[in-house]
Amino acid sequence: MRFELTPRANVSPVARALAPVAAFITSFLIAGLVIWLMGRSPIAAFEVYVTQPLTDPWSLQELIVKATPLALIAIGLSYCFRANLWNIGAEGQYVMGAIFGSWLALATHGTEAGFWVLPAMLCLGIIGGALYGLIPAFLKTRFGVNEILTSLMLVYVAQLILDYLARGPWRDPKGFNFPQSVTFDPAATLPPILETGRVHYGALFALTAILVTAIILGRTLFGYRLKLTGDAPRAAQFAGFSARSTTLAVFAISGGLAGLAGIVEVSGQIGQIQPSISPGYGFTAITVAFLGRLNPIGILVAALVVALTFIGGESAQILLRLPLDLTQAFQGILLLCVLAADALVSYRVRFVTRGGGK
Amino acid sequence: MKPDVSSSGPPLVELRGISKRYGDLLANDGIDLAIEPGEIHALLGENGAGKSTLVKILYGVIEPSAGEILWEGRPVSIASPVEARALGLGMVFQHFSLFDELTVAENIAVALSEEWSLSSVRGRLGEISRTYGLALDADRAVWTLSAGERQRIEIVRCLLQNPRLLILDEPTSVLTPQEAERLFETLDKLAADGCAILYISHKLEEVRRLCRRATILRAGRVVATIDPRERSAKEIAALMVGAEVGEIRADAPHRADGELLNVSHLSMPPAGLHGQALTDIDLVAHAGEVVGIAGVAGNGQSELFAALSGERTAGRADAVVIAGQACGNMGIDARRRLGAAFVPEERLGHAAAPTHRLSENTLISHAAAEVSRSGFILLNAARRLAQSIVRGFDVRTPENDPPARKLSGGNLQKFVIGREIIRRPRLLVVDQPTWGVDAGAARLIRQALVDLAREGSAVVVISQDLDELFEIADRMAVIHQGRMSPLKPTAQWTKEAVGLEMMGVAQAQGGAHAV
Repeated sequence: MRFELTPRANVSPVARALAPVAAFITSFLIAGLVIWLMGRSPIAAFEVYVTQPLTDPWSLQELIVKATPLALIAIGLSYCFRANLWNIGAEGQYVMGAIFGSWLALATHGTEAGFWVLPAMLCLGIIGGALYGLIPAFLKTRFGVNEILTSLMLVYVAQLILDYLARGPWRDPKGFNFPQSVTFDPAATLPPILETGRVHYGALFALTAILVTAIILGRTLFGYRLKLTGDAPRAAQFAGFSARSTTLAVFAISGGLAGLAGIVEVSGQIGQIQPSISPGYGFTAITVAFLGRLNPIGILVAALVVALTFIGGESAQILLRLPLDLTQAFQGILLLCVLAADALVSYRVRFVTRGGGK
Repeated sequence: MKPDVSSSGPPLVELRGISKRYGDLLANDGIDLAIEPGEIHALLGENGAGKSTLVKILYGVIEPSAGEILWEGRPVSIASPVEARALGLGMVFQHFSLFDELTVAENIAVALSEEWSLSSVRGRLGEISRTYGLALDADRAVWTLSAGERQRIEIVRCLLQNPRLLILDEPTSVLTPQEAERLFETLDKLAADGCAILYISHKLEEVRRLCRRATILRAGRVVATIDPRERSAKEIAALMVGAEVGEIRADAPHRADGELLNVSHLSMPPAGLHGQALTDIDLVAHAGEVVGIAGVAGNGQSELFAALSGERTAGRADAVVIAGQACGNMGIDARRRLGAAFVPEERLGHAAAPTHRLSENTLISHAAAEVSRSGFILLNAARRLAQSIVRGFDVRTPENDPPARKLSGGNLQKFVIGREIIRRPRLLVVDQPTWGVDAGAARLIRQALVDLAREGSAVVVISQDLDELFEIADRMAVIHQGRMSPLKPTAQWTKEAVGLEMMGVAQAQGGAHAV
């Protein structure tokens, strides 16, 4: 006996729209079951994970703060993934963007340098991420090296460079030997949008990136070029789109946006360089991109949902003593359910028993 | 069981009421078919008529939704090709499944059961080769062989298992006329020895040459079982298509002076390991004419297409001159801007993106044209353009602006050809314009190509279908192993002469046109 997937002749738009909703409910049920098996109340967990963060103003701000880097990175990754190019190294590009931008913040530390520092830092962040993203792209176009491996391995290189800088040349001499830099000057700090709030201007960058991407992917020839390259590479070549320049362009864009996320996080959130500046945003953003089905608006929603699991996970750890790993497991369950729901909407599952013909 | 009155025993194989349903589509609808021992039975029909489905059911590849199969009068169930072979069926597929790096004998041995040693295969191979005139060198690597020789390997592979019924799916589509004639002689001998043959084709002349009985399928049903020698080709074609197929109208070519394509001394290294190099190719196409390029598949046609379209660029700019502009080093987009248009062999995946709507597919070759402005797509213009292609070229679509993969082969081919012709290109290069296309669509496409030429464009048609080239080409050349024969008016060619060029015999004889 085996399974067979047969394409459905007609897929109703209603079913397609309801699929993610069904996926959410299913993943909550599965997660609830796991929590119940661990001897905790699933209802209390739902309360801590979902209800509280969504009703508490502080948590709502925190949600946006956490969603910002996720959305920025995921929207960049959507360029690569649409073109069927697998940039797994956004985490490294994020770190490299943070390093490039922070260099200026530390170089101007304690000087009278004015308002230009912050924009220049942001630009440096984009450049750093883009250059770092171009390394696997160049290796692929020039030597045919698989971009999944190189982009992934370059993450560890970037993290070790950051570690070295935080412990070595960039360490604050008056910092009691802690591996961290000086705190950035106000001129090098991304301010909050509202004076009393926590949400900084990074959120606006993410929104802008989403809107611009929606226009680029949906309305421009460049957007069509990515879609065609991903769906039918030979047709893209026939259309006159060079695979080499497409590869370089999408890696530069996604690296640049990941780099921007990195410097935004450091200058708007952390305020200094330290050995670890990300709870794995670069990898989680891959989940976000696919949860959002590579659609810009979908990515916005997915970034908020995944940010919710981060915040809920932290509270659950404190209030219910549930392990933080459960959050990652839940993110995985959610992704699987969404992908499965998508597949079930487009395909019908049949059980086939062997020995047919009778 | 009903006794068969027409012959002494029951037929070798009998299909009764075979049906196969795919979703809403009935690919086979209650098909009855009987094959006698030693008979060469033709299965005729257009693409999409259900021939392949029926044969796959018989060979155990797919399971019928209804109906039964009788083998020598006994009902049997054939659940897999292994069971089919055990029963005595052998099949030669249209697309070969051979390992390029292995020798002929090795390729045969891997497909057989374990009791065959390589030396016993060699022995039997020699025997069968002599008996049936299937010349094969046991120790040559497959990648050095022609399509005809590869097909012989597949046939020998079947014959080693002493089949009672041999199924051949479009066997001559890759053969030269001379190779096809040798295949027919082999099949005649096999039938005389008592092996039944089910011969699938849409080429009427060879069916009339070979078979005494033909079952004609149309839209999944048997429409007639006839003796093909008693009917004219035109009658049979009408049965297959369901309507009379008209002929191509063409005025005499009024060759204008404009030389729209000039290829001189074009040479290119092979693209891949088993690709074909192009050697010193010369080709000229004038305004107002259709130039045909014949050849057996794999002799450099796709390489020539890539070199003409600019998907691969030549080292020298003057190797390819389009409309007076040397463009050998320019990409495909730049060549389109010179007024050239191209249609590659592969419809899905190369000419069109399968999952994209027709309106999006117009962007593929119109990037420089009216469907975009300063980098932005004009969606409405693209939809209107797709609409006018659909209307102008009689493209039948299941819905408004469907994804390309929902179109049948013939309709998609009409769309991709129409997409280029609607731009009124000065030069059109087409690779295999009617490959796998039904007769009605093929006629429409050929007519459109001829009409475009008569309006003053130059049309270059690369095709394996000799009948097609003799019908529409004003001048013809043959490509063999990446070299081009001289370009001569079609009236000066005979099928035999073309066949000799296709095998490279003419070039070998005294180097008639070497330098």
